[in-house]
Amino acid sequence: MTEFLQQIINGLSLGAIYALIALGYTMVYGVLRFINFAHSDVFMVGAFVGWAAVEKLHIPTGTIGGGLLVLVTAMAVCAALGMLIEKLAYKPLRGRSTLTVLITAIGVSLLIQNVAQNQRIGFGPNPKPFPEVFPVRQIHLGELTLSSNQLIVIAVAAILLGALYWIVHRTRIGTAMRALSFNSTAASLVGINNNAVISFTFALGSALAGAGGVLYAMNYPSIDPLMGTLPGLKAFVAAVLGGIGNLPGAALGGLLIGLIETFVSGTRFSTYRDAIAFAILILILMFRPAGLLGKLKAEKV
Amino acid sequence: MPPLSQRWLLAALALAWVVSAFSGRMDAYFLDVAMGAGIAIVLASSLNLINGFTGQFSLGHAGFMAIGAYTSAMITTALGPKLGWSAPLQQWLLFPASLLAGGLLAAIAGFAIGAPSLRLKGDYLAIVTLGFGEIIKVLLQNMDSVGAARGLVGVPSYTNLFWTFGAAAVTVYAVWGLVNSTYGRGFLAVADDEIAAEAMGLNTTRYKITAFMVGSFFAGVAGGLYAHLKGYLNPSGFDFNKSIEIVVMVILGGMGKHVGVIVAAVLLTVVQEPLRQLGDFRMILYSLILIILMITRPQGLFTWKTRKKVEPA
Repeated sequence: MTEFLQQIINGLSLGAIYALIALGYTMVYGVLRFINFAHSDVFMVGAFVGWAAVEKLHIPTGTIGGGLLVLVTAMAVCAALGMLIEKLAYKPLRGRSTLTVLITAIGVSLLIQNVAQNQRIGFGPNPKPFPEVFPVRQIHLGELTLSSNQLIVIAVAAILLGALYWIVHRTRIGTAMRALSFNSTAASLVGINNNAVISFTFALGSALAGAGGVLYAMNYPSIDPLMGTLPGLKAFVAAVLGGIGNLPGAALGGLLIGLIETFVSGTRFSTYRDAIAFAILILILMFRPAGLLGKLKAEKV
Repeated sequence: MPPLSQRWLLAALALAWVVSAFSGRMDAYFLDVAMGAGIAIVLASSLNLINGFTGQFSLGHAGFMAIGAYTSAMITTALGPKLGWSAPLQQWLLFPASLLAGGLLAAIAGFAIGAPSLRLKGDYLAIVTLGFGEIIKVLLQNMDSVGAARGLVGVPSYTNLFWTFGAAAVTVYAVWGLVNSTYGRGFLAVADDEIAAEAMGLNTTRYKITAFMVGSFFAGVAGGLYAHLKGYLNPSGFDFNKSIEIVVMVILGGMGKHVGVIVAAVLLTVVQEPLRQLGDFRMILYSLILIILMITRPQGLFTWKTRKKVEPA
């Protein structure tokens, strides 16, 4: 029983990170109807900004305030990066076929990865140790052992999800986002500035990915330029599992994928943990293509 | 365009044979690049059937290439010596048989992957094929019988100009003939408008799976040629970047354009040699080409006339 609870905590803290990334995929899909391949690399950049904030800008580590500052820096830089990507690469393609945008997104993803891997203009290909940005303690609850980092991940993710919910449902710009994803033509007819809303959506999604990057790096000892690929793919699966374009679905999907992966790691199938996400993806797409919370729309001809 | 005649195929094969007969006098470096270009034509033309003519988007072509490469290399290295055949017999009988076996296994894999996932559209299919490509790479890295992550060494170098350009000619002939046949019009119909094609009574899933299997078959053959050209195989050589290289050839040449894609395949292989000096900057350049092409010339570099296409409202 203790082990079971322990695994639940581990799974939740991993799943919370997947949820943060998955939200970015699902929001962009909501407004633009395409999969932003470069999202997983924004996540990677988030981790590297966190690293640079400590190593180059000397933000104090080991304190709550310093840790939050690192987190906010990463979110701000990633938000700017997300808007930049959208402006330079995706905006010129408005209204073109999905395939065109998809190929561009793959190009952007490769570009970020290879620039980051480059020794001269990026971070270099070697893994770097990630500093302890938050104070690390082991907390004993009965027989359970929790690391403070896990609790911070869950708490930060919960706060960010709450903030996102508030932005999307209680603010003007959030309402505009929902209107746009419902019907973009009608949204622009009632005076919504589609370009501004899309830009904002990218900023929001990328900020969440940036926070996810720092939180992910905290629980893993080192970071490298290709670290985004696998969590990115799993988060994408999470978004599809919950129903792509559906915000609560993405959060739910992220938590589920995190839990399933943690439980599989605990069994003798642990070497297949990375293949699990793909198996899940194929199963959902075959049996419930709209995802757990999504609604299937009939295609109009 | 009318289908290429059988005479064309025979002429191309004969030409490959004649040129190959003189290959002893050619510069070894030139030969290596030329054979690389021939393999690139096979890869790009076969992917063009899937991504260009049928309008699906596969990102796992390197995975099928890997299946073919490992299958044919295992046949010639493990089975070859046991047969006790003479050297010419091995190169002219066992080697083509191993290429066919590699292609068939890749086609079977293509069916296994395509059947469940080809019900998906555009971006979903891209992600699933990407995932499968990675899974094939990881499986090979864990298979000790094929050298795992250390790679497979000592593959005999049977590949010559005749085999590479023969395979390239057959691929181009097959793809050209397929999409210009009465049956093959269905591929274009699926690419143009899947719903309309289905409403006309075409079995769109079957067309997609056929394209996928034929494309995978030739990718497998190309893999076998590649294995017997380099003499050494490593799973990491068949990663996502390799798939992207083939995708760039198809996009640069123009999706669904025969000649453009062949030109792009040759061009990119030849240009790669001077680009090697760039080292790490090569992939940066590739990704930039991809983005800029998509924004400015999504129809490809060598395309001037495009089929008129009405965007759905």
